[in-house]
Amino acid sequence: MKKVELTIKQQPELYLETENITPDAFAGKSADEIAALNVYEGNVTHKLGDFFSIAGTPGATAADTQIVVNGNLERVKWIGSRMTAGEVVVESSMDMYAGAFMAGGKLLIKGNAGHFTGLGMTGGELRITGNAGNYLGAAYRGDWRGMQGGVLRVNGNAGSDVGSFMRGGEIIIGGDADVHVGTHQEGGKIVVKGNAKSKVGGQMVKGEIIVFGTIDVMMPGFAHRDNVDLEVDGTKATFKRYEGDLGERHPKSKGAVVYGQLYIKQ
Amino acid sequence: MAEYIVKNGFVVDPTLGVNCEKMDIAIKDGKIVETTELKSPKTIDASGMIVMAGAVDVHSHSAGPKVNVGRNFRPEDKLNYYKAKSGVKRMEAGFSVPTALSSGYIFARMGYGFVMEAAMPPLYARHTHEEMRDTPIVDEAALPVFGNNWFVMEYLKNHEIENVASYIAWLLRVTKGYGVKCVNPGGTEAWGWGMNCVTPDDPVPYFDVTPKEIIKGLIEANEYLRLPHSMHLHSNSLGEPGNYQITIDSLKCAEGFKANSDFGRDQVLHHTHLQFHSYGGESYGSKEFESKSKEVMDYVNGTDNITFDIGQVTLDETTTMTADGPFEYHLSHMNNLKWVNKDVELETAAGVVPFIYNPNSFIGVAQWAIGQELALLTKDMTKCHITTDAPNAGPVHRYPRVIKWLMSLKARNQILDDCKYGDSVRSQCYIGEIDRELSFYEIAQMTRVGTSKCLGLSHMFGSLKPGMEGDVSVYAYNPETDDDPEKIEHAFGNAKYFIKSGELIINDGEIISNGHKRTFWVKPGMELTAQVNRDVTERFKKYYTVTQNNYEVKEHHYVPNPYVIEVNAA
Ligand SMILES: [Zn+2]
Repeated sequence: MKKVELTIKQQPELYLETENITPDAFAGKSADEIAALNVYEGNVTHKLGDFFSIAGTPGATAADTQIVVNGNLERVKWIGSRMTAGEVVVESSMDMYAGAFMAGGKLLIKGNAGHFTGLGMTGGELRITGNAGNYLGAAYRGDWRGMQGGVLRVNGNAGSDVGSFMRGGEIIIGGDADVHVGTHQEGGKIVVKGNAKSKVGGQMVKGEIIVFGTIDVMMPGFAHRDNVDLEVDGTKATFKRYEGDLGERHPKSKGAVVYGQLYIKQ
Repeated sequence: MAEYIVKNGFVVDPTLGVNCEKMDIAIKDGKIVETTELKSPKTIDASGMIVMAGAVDVHSHSAGPKVNVGRNFRPEDKLNYYKAKSGVKRMEAGFSVPTALSSGYIFARMGYGFVMEAAMPPLYARHTHEEMRDTPIVDEAALPVFGNNWFVMEYLKNHEIENVASYIAWLLRVTKGYGVKCVNPGGTEAWGWGMNCVTPDDPVPYFDVTPKEIIKGLIEANEYLRLPHSMHLHSNSLGEPGNYQITIDSLKCAEGFKANSDFGRDQVLHHTHLQFHSYGGESYGSKEFESKSKEVMDYVNGTDNITFDIGQVTLDETTTMTADGPFEYHLSHMNNLKWVNKDVELETAAGVVPFIYNPNSFIGVAQWAIGQELALLTKDMTKCHITTDAPNAGPVHRYPRVIKWLMSLKARNQILDDCKYGDSVRSQCYIGEIDRELSFYEIAQMTRVGTSKCLGLSHMFGSLKPGMEGDVSVYAYNPETDDDPEKIEHAFGNAKYFIKSGELIINDGEIISNGHKRTFWVKPGMELTAQVNRDVTERFKKYYTVTQNNYEVKEHHYVPNPYVIEVNAA
């Protein structure tokens, strides 16, 4: 795998939108061609080379390209969005929309990630070593297609509205989650290793939510069914199994009604 | 004003009997003129290109409250679909529900000079006019809806056609409307009671009139007023399997009526988006559902007072929006997506639901096939008009794709071959037996001659005869050398040149002017009857949430550039 190293050399006055920092956009290009890609600051279009120094060369394909981004990227959005293959390593905390609509490859953020990270992602692996903001793996505003595939792993805590309208894939949060987990969830799995606050699984149709810690306030639409032994992300334990959201529509599969599954560790 | 001569193009104009013949077209002072009248014209070289009169749209939804609800509740519709400002052209955004500005540019790029907004709730006429005002370039008008209106139903209950006509005349003047639209007659009012009118014989709760009585009554009142356009109908049970007999029964309401108008139309009934109304079978399943386009067209082809538009499904993700409130409720329960429902006081209602017509599903492609069949089974092409009931069956910018399908068997077969249910569609519909390919001449009959005649505007649009409006579209397709359906779609979606009312709007594919759009409205000559005058005053005091003064569309603000068509009373 060939490597391109970007280092931010000038901080934007506003926030910088860099949806072109992806293996797909870089593959097969020279350093000059990469420098000539567009980045956006408010309604002004700049060149990538205006804000980043560029070293190394990409591979011929996205799959053969690794991008490492250095420096303080707290005012940078959209790195790795829509990537389909290859690898991106962000050596910093980042602002919103990292890995949005990502379809494949690996994106690693060494630090905190802003809101809407992994928005509507359909595949690949997205890892955050710090905390994530709100709407992690959720759907774009108004859309009903949240995260549909891939794995999204956060070592720290996540903000509110994790996995809203999630349809597939897996979100694993090492720490706590704020309010609204899996709202309108219709597939996929959300694991919260720490505690959740409230409104967990509101209007959930199907899929799974697994909480290792406590839920401050349970949704009224979940009913306790039984207790089950599960192995979740390498940990074996007994969980209380709830079904819901009973106030929401539910599809049938082979004659049986399918409910959302909520597990809370005993 | 500048003079133009469009030179050497292949002119297609059925009103002149001209079919891809090399001719020059002259424009002066906003009108088509004889070439000898030009003094120092600017030359537009149309060599190797098709030249037609500006197109006329009979039925799309691009302005008004339900369109705006679609915009507001679908931010995802803009996420991947926008174009930056460039030159005089302002920013565009939205795939199925484009912004007002986008709509104007989309119509101009397709060479459209006149567009009919097909459903205006009278109470929200001000909103509709504000959006039409902000839609650049194309001339527009709007049809207020009457099919579930309390005044109309009460007068019809007592067979008071004169009062219906008087009320329509008053409402057209007050709302600056163009004609009479009727959506799911009676059914939308029944929806207010949690019910529907499924057949044209189901009585409307409380009012106790039937959809048939509403359809016939509105046709009679429309002809009494001698309006430019006919009654414009979306009949009961849209989208329901097995609805074709309901459709034929509704069309039969036109029997015995004859057009009474000075504006050149022959029809007394225009049925819109006929595709949604030509279904057989009892469910949407691939063994049950079937096309009844042939049965419907057998009836339509045998009449001389009915026109229709197809409402072609384009196999896209789109946004449905209609005054057919109960239908949108059904739809939202089929696809479980978001739903907006709205009641409009004494007049109508509306619903909005996003919808995906899947090109790899049986039902999506069957609906697509039925739209094509209706056009391909039509005998007189001026009676059949290209629409997508935009955005209900597909976004408006897909018109060129619809033209491609109608002109190319190869392009149609590709849709069927790419769908895993293609063979089921061929066996449940008629599409597999039809190899007709329409010509540019027939496309011009559908999009120019027929539509302008249907709207009572054939004295202004749809023709390149001297004296007509200076609306000219030039498409980069050479009928002698080009033979690629994809090129047809591209050419009809990206006019090389477009002249609107004598002004060059698109030059070499680029929008260079925002034009001087006009809003057309119809001023009927009939005075208010004493009864209607009394009823309107009383109803505003008793029921409406606005006063009569705050209801009227005041021309100077809402319609700054009007074109008023005055109609003499009988
Ligand atoms: Zn419509």
